[in-house]
Amino acid sequence: MIEAAAIATLGLFLLSPLAIALRGRASVSGLIYALSILPCLGLVGVGLMGLGDRHSSAMVLPVGLPWIGAHLRLDALTDFFLLVVGIGGAATSLYAIGYGRHEEEPGRVLPFYPGFLGAMALVVLADDAFTFLVAWEVMSLLSWALVMAHHREAEVRAAGLIYLIMAAFGTMALVLAFGLLAGSGGDYAFAAIRSLPRSMPVSIAVAFLVLVGAGSKAGVVPLHLWLPRAHPAAPSHVSALMSGVMTKVAIYAFLRVVFDLIGPLPWMVSPVLILTGVATAVLGIVNAAVADDMKKILAYSTIENVGVIFAAIGLAQAFRADDMPTAAALALSAALFHVFNHMAFKSLLFMSSGAVLTATGRRDLDGLGGLIRRMPVTSFLTLIGVVAISALPPLNGFASEWMVFQTVLQSPQLPQLGLEMLVPAAGGMLALAAALAAAAFVRFYGLGFLGRGRSAEASNAREVDRYMLAAMGGLAALCVLAGLVPALVLDRLAPVVEALTRSRLPVQSAEPWLTVVPVAVARSTYNPLLVCLFIAATASAAAWVVHRAGTRALRRAPAWDCGFPDPSPLTQYGAGSFAQPLRRVLGGVLLRAREEVEMPPPGATVPARHRVIQHDLIWEWAYLPLARGILKVATEANRLQFLTIRRYLAFVMGTLVSLLLVLSIWR
Amino acid sequence: MALITGFAIQGLQMLLVLALAPGLVGLVRRIKARLMRRPGPPIRQPYRDLLRLMRKEVVLAENASWLFRATPYLVFAASWVAAALVPTFATGLQFSWTADLIAIVALLGSARFFLALAGMDVGTSFGGIGSSREMMFASMAEPAMLLTVFALSLVAGSTQLSTVVQVLHGPPGVGLRVSLGMALVSLVIVAIAENGRIPVDNPATHLELTMVHEAMVLEYSGRHLAMIELAAALKLLLYVSLIACLFVPWGIAREGDPPVALALGIGTYLLKLALGGAALAVFEASIAKMRVFRVPDYLGVALMLGLLGTLLLFVSRAL
Repeated sequence: MIEAAAIATLGLFLLSPLAIALRGRASVSGLIYALSILPCLGLVGVGLMGLGDRHSSAMVLPVGLPWIGAHLRLDALTDFFLLVVGIGGAATSLYAIGYGRHEEEPGRVLPFYPGFLGAMALVVLADDAFTFLVAWEVMSLLSWALVMAHHREAEVRAAGLIYLIMAAFGTMALVLAFGLLAGSGGDYAFAAIRSLPRSMPVSIAVAFLVLVGAGSKAGVVPLHLWLPRAHPAAPSHVSALMSGVMTKVAIYAFLRVVFDLIGPLPWMVSPVLILTGVATAVLGIVNAAVADDMKKILAYSTIENVGVIFAAIGLAQAFRADDMPTAAALALSAALFHVFNHMAFKSLLFMSSGAVLTATGRRDLDGLGGLIRRMPVTSFLTLIGVVAISALPPLNGFASEWMVFQTVLQSPQLPQLGLEMLVPAAGGMLALAAALAAAAFVRFYGLGFLGRGRSAEASNAREVDRYMLAAMGGLAALCVLAGLVPALVLDRLAPVVEALTRSRLPVQSAEPWLTVVPVAVARSTYNPLLVCLFIAATASAAAWVVHRAGTRALRRAPAWDCGFPDPSPLTQYGAGSFAQPLRRVLGGVLLRAREEVEMPPPGATVPARHRVIQHDLIWEWAYLPLARGILKVATEANRLQFLTIRRYLAFVMGTLVSLLLVLSIWR
Repeated sequence: MALITGFAIQGLQMLLVLALAPGLVGLVRRIKARLMRRPGPPIRQPYRDLLRLMRKEVVLAENASWLFRATPYLVFAASWVAAALVPTFATGLQFSWTADLIAIVALLGSARFFLALAGMDVGTSFGGIGSSREMMFASMAEPAMLLTVFALSLVAGSTQLSTVVQVLHGPPGVGLRVSLGMALVSLVIVAIAENGRIPVDNPATHLELTMVHEAMVLEYSGRHLAMIELAAALKLLLYVSLIACLFVPWGIAREGDPPVALALGIGTYLLKLALGGAALAVFEASIAKMRVFRVPDYLGVALMLGLLGTLLLFVSRAL
């Protein structure tokens, strides 16, 4: 099995030079994307089969550092994340066959795209720290190159710079973490790291460093700032991969280190994780609810979902540390299920925003509208995506959110009072995030796809091609399937959960009617299939009865609008007006949002002006001072460049003496 | 045989909630009118309105999409299914396990989501203002509701509504707890906001002052409007039933009880509905509507009470 995975990954890497060799040919874009689908499907196959038969297999390749080589290994956790990378990659590649045709400079995207996919697969496959870090860095750099595809726009360049800095910072944290993990022995193979004894402070330091390193890639607050800039800047299929898949690879890194490599961790780690997750979720979705750019909304919503996942992982850690494997298994199942779901619906939504971009050339909500009539299929598939992402039954977003809430209700068993009280409060904040997500996505869909077109481009949009629709359709089907029969997905997750927590959920597919029973029947059950069936049956029965007993008569007429319809589509509710209530209620504190109205004096002919002022507090209070500090220190240090040779020699001498002094005192 | 009885009782509950929902609305309107010294319409007026609406032709805005036409049926179906899953006169019904309390809350969330989308479909300013405000209220009310659910579920050790009711009802019962009191207040606040009653919204008008729920459905007419009105009535009934079954669970029949117990259950349920409707009418008649931007404060109280109720569970004891 590992051979197949390695060959698929190698195949992806080899497509990159092929793309360079074939550059300039007319059909190269379609060819490269079509060829990328195959290895991705291979990864899906490997993942599915691995989750089925639970064998782990490993191999060592003679590349990399001579005394280590490159270790690759397949176990349950790897299988699951290969599945996520494979499905996301295959869908995105299929989508890109159509989307890539509209790319102005395919040479800036094509060579990096398959390599990016391959690097993500390699991160998941790696079984030693060196291979892992190299793959991680390749993944970061190739995604950076993809973000910079449209580098002529100043906004994109700024996003690329911030992303590069944050990626380097994250990798640095990971390097330190693995350094601490490997210890002074310097054996970087994961098997050796696992068996190494280490003290609690070192374990906690490693956990913190991985939270910083992997968290910065996943978009955990306060390391999330690059994400809403860089993800929307990339071409849409790359955005889908970055949001839907790369954040999941970061979560894999966190799980691999914290739940597998470190070994036991104290419970004190879990409140940090839970609080970080909750803060990430709420801050992400509040920003999503007021953003005006479709892709920015999606990027902020990614931050929210990552927060939900980290909160669930934190819960799993709390239960694991307190030796409650069943509850830990429930929490981890919820986290992994949400990982899968978020991959499906976030990729779908980024693809549909890409479809809108292709059809209209715009992604600002104030320039869209009415697409449900111009692009019926895209609109329908997007509707599935927004219902799923808003955590509404019967789709998959709700199924995993429901599992998280069930985990929250396990808290009375926790021995620590503080944790016991923190968990339900965190659950309440997650509920707030879910409700805000519904508000944000009513706005997203209502402004983008419903109503009347706000620009000529939106009013004349055309449906996109069949490749894009097929890719979106596949992911939408996955959302529906995972939503209606979560039991099937949860049973596939069981080996992963078992490997990490030594426990698992009850076998779900054995329950009658494929009901989800996380703990026990008397405690909680949820059967989306039956709920959906009931709703479908009652809705169609109601429609039938009403049409039979009442009347079928229907007349089209101008909109009523309380008697004052205005023909201009600009009189509709816009992005700013729809966000106003939430901006006032929550944004006042979190975003320091203010509104300014400039009223001209009576009789003046200048128009009145209304402005919204928003602040990104983390950016202004943490990042800008830090950047200014670094600039100041660098400017001071710059003087060292223009000294005479005598001074330099004096510095060298001084350093040498002080080092010897330190050494003599130390010993 | 047990299966057939189970289906029959479940079917009875579904029909019962559907049949009673407009009556509850009529009752509230009637009592309110009497409190204001008006004769008021008869209790059966909502039934007549619904029948009349169903027989009228639909006037559809020219640019309304399929979503606009499908939403009334979806909203009605989701509200009906949700209302039928709340124990009214008996617990442990045939399908009571299909969705727990969290899923019921989320099901109402789905209904609201589609209604809010439909409000934006035609592209009028009224629809937008209604959707925007409805979602703002919901984003406060839903977490408050879920925190209340947490408090109740932590007491009962289950989110399964039938089980919760059985545990709360006893024997042995859970005793009197501060948390349950807070949960009750929080649930009532949420119920008032979710149903768009005074002081949050005024169901009797749809003009300037109350541009929330009624503004959102302004473009609907005929049978579509009938479905939405019926769904709103079902939602009101759902919240009254929920409060009744959780906090005054007496008289509810259990699984396997004889038919007499069922009859008694139906009798007490009707009584509870009437009392709930009367209480709502008195409350509405005695309070003024608040400004839109006061509502988040009002719902914030529910959120805080829900949170306090949950946290107090860990430090307080039952009386």
